[in-house]
Amino acid sequence: MRLPCPCCGWRDLREFTYKGAADMLHRPALDDASGWDDHLHNRTNPAGETRDLWYHDPCGTWVCVTRDTVSHAVISGATLGEAR
Amino acid sequence: MRFNALSVLRQGLAGNTGWRPHWRKPDPKPEYEMLIIGGGGHGLATAYYLAKNHGLTNIAVLEKGYLGGGSIGRNTTIVRANYFLPGNSEFYSHSLKLWEGLEADLNYNVMHSQRGLINIFHSDGQRDAAARRGNAMLAQGDDAILLGREEVREILPYLDYDQARFPIYGGLYHKRGGTARHDAVAWGYARGADQRGVDLIENCEVTGISVDAGRVTGVTTTRGQIKARKVGIVTAGRTSQVAAMAGLRLPIESHILQAFVTEGLKPCLDHVVTFGMGHFYISQSDKGGLVFGGDLDFYASYAARGNLPGVEQVMEAGMTLMPMIGRAKMLRSWGGIMDMTPDGSPIIDRTPIDGLYLDAGWCYGGFKAVPASGWCMAHLMATDQPHPVARRFRLDRFATGDLLDEEGTGSQHNLH
Ligand SMILES: Cc1cc2nc3c(=O)[nH]c(=O)nc-3n(C[C@H](O)[C@H](O)[C@H](O)COP(=O)(O)OP(=O)(O)OC[C@H]3O[C@@H](n4cnc5c(N)ncnc54)[C@H](O)[C@@H]3O)c2cc1C
Ligand SMILES: [Zn+2]
Repeated sequence: MRLPCPCCGWRDLREFTYKGAADMLHRPALDDASGWDDHLHNRTNPAGETRDLWYHDPCGTWVCVTRDTVSHAVISGATLGEAR
Repeated sequence: MRFNALSVLRQGLAGNTGWRPHWRKPDPKPEYEMLIIGGGGHGLATAYYLAKNHGLTNIAVLEKGYLGGGSIGRNTTIVRANYFLPGNSEFYSHSLKLWEGLEADLNYNVMHSQRGLINIFHSDGQRDAAARRGNAMLAQGDDAILLGREEVREILPYLDYDQARFPIYGGLYHKRGGTARHDAVAWGYARGADQRGVDLIENCEVTGISVDAGRVTGVTTTRGQIKARKVGIVTAGRTSQVAAMAGLRLPIESHILQAFVTEGLKPCLDHVVTFGMGHFYISQSDKGGLVFGGDLDFYASYAARGNLPGVEQVMEAGMTLMPMIGRAKMLRSWGGIMDMTPDGSPIIDRTPIDGLYLDAGWCYGGFKAVPASGWCMAHLMATDQPHPVARRFRLDRFATGDLLDEEGTGSQHNLH
């Protein structure tokens, strides 16, 4: 698998660290206890198209990747600014 | 049909033509008392113990493919009881005791082989952790022996003792640990459940769960509607999708774990050995192949195959620990889908929906757990009370903070 970094282009999987589902982009309000439980632990976990967060180790960019969890097809990558 | 020395001899003389199928292939009835979704190890064991321990036989197991086609037939078959945390410790201890009586109980050869498991450690800190874990295992009533470097060398002379980067300091020896034949476990439980009257329904995918006023009433399947007052979700890597049919969102992310096997070799590796400085574990199957594996591929996936970086990492770890395996040719590799939880421990609990139960989150350690998981899930479904050895596997522990983080790696699904 190769992933698209917005700064460096398509790079080998080994250059990236997986940070988890893009569900985590949306932070709950500070006093929303059940929102935090959901944010930290629960996942949509789709079989098919998903968005998840990766860190490109060489350049330090966080990337939101759209890909398919069943076929391992990688569709696109965006900076977190674009992804939010 | 029961197996015994005489029947094996008779069949051998008659050209093995008289063996019958081990279970029936019934059509689903319109209604059962209980349904188990998922015909993997955990689902079949649950059905078996519901029938055997609780006398409940108006039960069907619904499997979307064929019995034993999921992770139960894809794992590296390590069976052990070397857990540390209260909650895990008593559960896996119970499971190992069930393993020790399993073949007699099922009248089925699951090839359970207590060849001993040795976890190698490589630093003072790891030795301390191993000593502490060993003490916890002894306190639980199980077995553990702390070995020094020379004692390990006597048992495992083929490890690389000249490693400068990861020197071998010793190992934690768990003599009752070992392996078993993975799919025979599924077949043995399937046959036992079938003999007691449980319907095992293959090629039957659950596509919907019916809930009325907060109570489960049945399921929709590719073979029609089936009613039941109690339904257990036991679908391992697919749990998130099945639970979503009832509107539940779970603390689970699915990941791939790969495994590898070499060509058959003469006996050379008598134990299960694990490397303490990278995730790597290895044993030799009865056919002679070296069976080994390592870490997850680390990203969410439902593909039952992995990527090459995962392969590379496992091979490097193996060569670091025991260079002799470099001569063996790798024959096959494959992957399975792991239901990873944020603390690496499983869930056996009721759900917010009445009559709907969950047995999931086995991460990559669910093979050894099959007997106790089935035992405890059956207890929960039959009595509505958690079994004492599984009482900490609660669904709400993430919200309450009562985590069971055996590895101490923190709240992220892929780190366990
Ligand atoms: C490579 C690898 C190595 C492993 N090594 C070890 C090890 O050494 N030791 C250990 O203890 N554990 C190990 N494990 C983990 C262990 O195999 C799993 O935790 C365990 O098998 C999962 O439970 P199961 O047997 O019930 O799952 P499965 O066999 O996957 O059963 C789940 C079943 O549910 C069915 N299903 C899913 N969705 C539906 C639906 N909608 N309708 C009907 N049926 C459905 C599936 O088809 C499947 O048959 C390993 C796993 C892998 C992949
Ligand atoms: Zn980059």
